[in-house]
Amino acid sequence: MGLFSKLFSNKEKRQKAEKFKIGMMKTRNQSLSSLKDILEKSKKIDEDLYSKLEEIFIMADIGVDTVVEFVENIRQTVRNNKIEKPLDLENIIVDQMFELYLKNEVVNTNIRYNKEGLTVILFVGVNGTGKTTSIGKLAYRIKNEGKSVMMAAGDTFRAGAINQLKVFGERVGVEVVAKDAGSDPSSVIFDAIKQAKQKNIDVLLIDTAGRLQNKKNLMMELEKINRIIKRETNNQSFETYLVIDATTGQNGLSQAQIFSEVTDITGIILTKLDGTAKGGIVLAIRNKLGIPISFVGLGEKLTDLEYFDIEDYIYGLFSDFFE
Amino acid sequence: MAFENLTSRFQMALRRLTGKAKLTENDIDEMMREVRLSLLEADVNYKVVKDFTEEVKTLAMGEKILKGLNPDQQVVKIVNDELTKLMGSEASELNLDDDLSIILMVGLQGAGKTTTAGKLANLIRKNNNKKPLLVAADIYRPAAIEQLQTVGKQLEIEVFEMGKTDPTKIVKEALDYAKKNEFSLVIIDTAGRLHIDNQMMDEIKTIAKITKPQEILLTVDAMTGQDAVNVAQTFNEALDITGCILTKLDGDTRGGAALSIRKVTGVPIKFAGTGEKLQEIEVFHPERMASRILGMGDVLSLIEKATEEIDETEAMNMMEKMMSGNFNYNDLLKQMKMIKRMGKFSGILKMLPGMGQLADMDKVDDKQLVFIEAIISSMTKEERKDPDLLNRSSSRRNRIARGSGRSTTEVNRLISMLEKQSKLMRRMAGMNPKNMENMSNNIATGNFQPRQSRADRRKNKK
Repeated sequence: MGLFSKLFSNKEKRQKAEKFKIGMMKTRNQSLSSLKDILEKSKKIDEDLYSKLEEIFIMADIGVDTVVEFVENIRQTVRNNKIEKPLDLENIIVDQMFELYLKNEVVNTNIRYNKEGLTVILFVGVNGTGKTTSIGKLAYRIKNEGKSVMMAAGDTFRAGAINQLKVFGERVGVEVVAKDAGSDPSSVIFDAIKQAKQKNIDVLLIDTAGRLQNKKNLMMELEKINRIIKRETNNQSFETYLVIDATTGQNGLSQAQIFSEVTDITGIILTKLDGTAKGGIVLAIRNKLGIPISFVGLGEKLTDLEYFDIEDYIYGLFSDFFE
Repeated sequence: MAFENLTSRFQMALRRLTGKAKLTENDIDEMMREVRLSLLEADVNYKVVKDFTEEVKTLAMGEKILKGLNPDQQVVKIVNDELTKLMGSEASELNLDDDLSIILMVGLQGAGKTTTAGKLANLIRKNNNKKPLLVAADIYRPAAIEQLQTVGKQLEIEVFEMGKTDPTKIVKEALDYAKKNEFSLVIIDTAGRLHIDNQMMDEIKTIAKITKPQEILLTVDAMTGQDAVNVAQTFNEALDITGCILTKLDGDTRGGAALSIRKVTGVPIKFAGTGEKLQEIEVFHPERMASRILGMGDVLSLIEKATEEIDETEAMNMMEKMMSGNFNYNDLLKQMKMIKRMGKFSGILKMLPGMGQLADMDKVDDKQLVFIEAIISSMTKEERKDPDLLNRSSSRRNRIARGSGRSTTEVNRLISMLEKQSKLMRRMAGMNPKNMENMSNNIATGNFQPRQSRADRRKNKK
């Protein structure tokens, strides 16, 4: 029993992590040879085993570069500690994964509320990742913390986007500031900030249109939105969440990179983790760009948004060890 | 556009092979490693990549190659052939009944079903002369029905909806309605669903049973990673899908999911979504995608698009003008207007061989087109005809800047852009169908640009 297994013998901890597992487990046994199987069946630690490990991580969308680096770290640890039994790799893998994510930092992804007034949270991302739904879920969560919440319908482009947000507004019971479809998103956001301040709202959640990161016009529009929020909040830091679909492959890196150039991304919301995709690209994003994951979306209900927890995530990836 | 980096990786890997009389197993291994990494970075499924590189290696190691005259080109050919085979070798047509065709759109959440349903209805209406009806059967996502209605309004296509009724009832009624009102095409937009959500998968199976569609099209986001295989396989097992539509291909994703889906399910990719406008959908040409991977560009797509949007004689004149190297501001303005009609500037350039990086260089967007128009409008007739005038006189440039309300930097940028364009056009002058084959060989082996351009430049000076 490794350190990680001990950690998850805590019942409460394990129950919470189960939620992650449900999402990421479902077809794993069909599509991936499980890590446990591989370690148990291997007689010694050799190239063959390493390449099987590589396969597992690449299939989780962690990406070639990061996987190569990751496996190299495992190799070094094995060499340094003269480890011979394949099953002993379990702890090393889990350790290295922690290290890959934490990078010797204390990662705190709690929402940084502005103690002296309005907290603004901006949602950005490519089309179809689940920005609007995530806003609804987060509004629900924040409202339940006892704070007053308002939402701004900054996606004036996609047909139906404004009404989609309004429906969430009704469900959660928060006000939505919106203008007509096709109006300038910056003006919607400007108005929303003004209204939120007037009404002493605690948290304003701002929706934006999905945009592919290589569309220059749209990225410039986002830059302007970012500028306006900065100006209207007197340069107080605010949260900007990049919403990434767990099924996204290596393009996620490009998304994180380019969206960071026009906004100050403070965290990632990894959505649709209740499918079979592992969302490993966020590990590559963390590894290469240092952006942490703040929340994960685990279903379609308003309650299906959880704070990201690296332990739970790793548990989800390798949970067959704990069965 | 998609596959851009894959192209450069391949070119790198293949460059090493040029000029060798004989290939050793080492050469092939090295090349296959590049191919493997490149495909993995492009999100092609791990197992697909493994099979692919193994197949190519065996073929390349076989007798055929080593006895050949040009071993390097034969490897290129094998990679190209295998990739084409993997992608499926020809464009797949829709299977449309004469009286009433039914198309069922399925897929995960956020793949782009609703937008694509609209695009497809519009495209088939145009190409097959059908009277389309869109059916709103997504009763789950808030405002999904309204989204389809808005799309329908924009395209002037009728949308059938019954609010949040049971989707199986909606589709039944929709079909009756379509028959009564002589619609010849019904496209059903369904809710996004996870392939592992049994309840929702049962629903879609029932809908398929009731409607008996000619086409069940799985909409897949081009940015999908390794999981594309799971999704496509599960949907295919449940529904026997007849095709895929790859959306968001106008992003900078390499779109390797296309290869995986095709290989694992055998289902063809029929269309590609290439932009947010409702006209931006194309028939998917797998063989062109494969040649794009090898760096041969997508000249065919460009030509097809150009003929669709542009008067042929106008285009021919323009082509001649471009190739002659006497390219002036009048031509640039005309070209800009044409390009505006065709779509994004960089998108067009990227379809051409070896122009991937050039396309990024200028990053001309729609707004800039307006500015360029303003600047050119502020030039005198002489200046427009003779670009050299501006090169020589800074007072002319300043006057134009003032007249157009743009900065001198922008005017200068336009001047250098015209120069670059002229050079580019001269470089491309050798690119007519007659020596296409010759050229693609050159490109595939990675020595197209420098040789052609230097020779052409000299020719043009004379």
